[in-house]
Amino acid sequence: MTTTTSGGKRTPAPPASAATRRRARPDRKAWRFLAPFLAVYVFAMILPILYALYQSLLRVERSGPLGLGEPSVGFAGLDNYALALQQTAFLEGFGRVLLFGAVQVPVMLLLALTLALLLDQVSDRWASLMRAAYFLPYGIPGVIATLLWGFLYVPGISPINDLLGDMGLQPDFLGYDNVLWSLANIVVWEFAGYNMLVIVAQLKSIPQELYEAARIDGAGPWQTALRIKIPLIRPALVLTCVFSIIGTLQLFAEPLVLKKLAPAVTTDFTPNLSAYFDAFANANVYLAAAKSVLLAVVAMVLSFGFLSLVGRGRKGGDR
Amino acid sequence: MRAAPTRVPRPGRIVLVAVLVLAAVYFLLPVYWLAVAATKSNSSLYGSFGLWFDDPRLWQNLKDVFTYNGHIFPRWALNSLLYAGVGAVAATLLSAAAGFALAKYRFRGREAVFKCVLAGVLLPSTALALPLYLMFGKIGLTNSYWGVLIPSVVSPFGVYLCRIYAESAVPDTLLEAARVDGAGEERIFFTVVLRIMSPALVTVFLFQFVHIWNNYFLPLVMLSDDRKYPITLGLVTWQQAADRFPELTQYTVGGAFVSVIPLAVAMLVLQRYWRTGLTEGSVKE
Repeated sequence: MTTTTSGGKRTPAPPASAATRRRARPDRKAWRFLAPFLAVYVFAMILPILYALYQSLLRVERSGPLGLGEPSVGFAGLDNYALALQQTAFLEGFGRVLLFGAVQVPVMLLLALTLALLLDQVSDRWASLMRAAYFLPYGIPGVIATLLWGFLYVPGISPINDLLGDMGLQPDFLGYDNVLWSLANIVVWEFAGYNMLVIVAQLKSIPQELYEAARIDGAGPWQTALRIKIPLIRPALVLTCVFSIIGTLQLFAEPLVLKKLAPAVTTDFTPNLSAYFDAFANANVYLAAAKSVLLAVVAMVLSFGFLSLVGRGRKGGDR
Repeated sequence: MRAAPTRVPRPGRIVLVAVLVLAAVYFLLPVYWLAVAATKSNSSLYGSFGLWFDDPRLWQNLKDVFTYNGHIFPRWALNSLLYAGVGAVAATLLSAAAGFALAKYRFRGREAVFKCVLAGVLLPSTALALPLYLMFGKIGLTNSYWGVLIPSVVSPFGVYLCRIYAESAVPDTLLEAARVDGAGEERIFFTVVLRIMSPALVTVFLFQFVHIWNNYFLPLVMLSDDRKYPITLGLVTWQQAADRFPELTQYTVGGAFVSVIPLAVAMLVLQRYWRTGLTEGSVKE
């Protein structure tokens, strides 16, 4: 993460005042500025995680003959984790979001990258108009986007089904085989424009001289895009990729809303749905806590793994 | 601002424009459908072609949406505004203070705190919703405005952005000059630093506002009283009840239309502010 200081206005300080300055510099005050954020961070992020970790180690135990006695909460060790990992449906949910991410993230980022590069070729007025159109869905909440697309998927209301029906096609967007990809379409629609904007921001920071040099060397638009732009916007691509991976694993609101329309979306469709239904439909918060912890761990491992993979790749590539 | 760096030859240009327009159609079509559908009666929602108008009655539909169930919809809208507005302002201030501290002071534990913040960036926020619900349930914060507001003011990503921005944009010499003039640290922060950091603060505010406005899992688990619901949660309850009360289908469409307008306008107007600060290197002008 390189940051540049704007301008070279900083003049070296005379040594005498540097000493007084060090004394004057109230570094301890830093904690006063940090305290409000840290207090809420600890209260609303770290404590809940610790509490969930603790809860994930508990279970309801029934005593007495036939388990009819008063239920009490007892220590379960890692049993909840074992139980979660033995549920085929829960593991299938993990597999499903991984498959989903493996397809949806590259498709979305490729679309975002393509649009960003193409917008670089048209006049500014056109570009800002188009950019606004592509970015609009980001302002629409995921559940409302899903409600919207849901109407566009359901036969009877959907104009898409009507049009395809006129052509003799009978698409079943909400069927067992298609619903995952119909869901992927919703997520692409929501976030492609946002990712495009992140890439555009980085494209704008490329110095013009590089383009001049490329033109003098006889590079066309294709070579300029492949050899200059894409390598230089690598940080933006890494950032969007990490956030997309995290977003994919958390898939929750979209399938929950679509569930009402598509029976193919089961209560175990994604890990988050599974944990939610354990807590609220099956009243097993301890199992739900274990599943939340598993999800968080997998998300952290994947995003850290991706970052270190990219970091190593960059170091190797630079040499 | 600047001319396109390399001109594409003519046949290529036609393809280029065609692709861009096609993409615009893809992104705008559902919104267009929504605008059309919001003008329809419940029966012509099913009975007429979705992409064109049929006996428009937008005013009546909107009145129905706003008055249904004792004016619950405007209440949801106000709740959304409260959660997102208050949450985003508080989150921005906390992030600015923390980011400034991490950028401009040298103290023991600085890197540890920053690593902790970075871990928070990578933690999926919905994986946190259930743990929050479990803990807040224990201390009686569920089903209250606080239950949604408190978690909303934490933005590790905001701290990260503010730190990077403050590092390059707030000159040490300026801070030192202010100290020599006898200004206290808090005063320097509120009068000088916040103003310099304002481009980053706008980004953090917008980011967090959209994040809270769009959030669904947290209010879903936290709230049980529908008078405290934000719009997202309210509209989904309408959609889920539409098989028992068919008129709710039209109300869902109308409500979605109303809720999309302000954010869509905000996106279009504020789109330029998202350019700064979203990527690590782009802090400089």
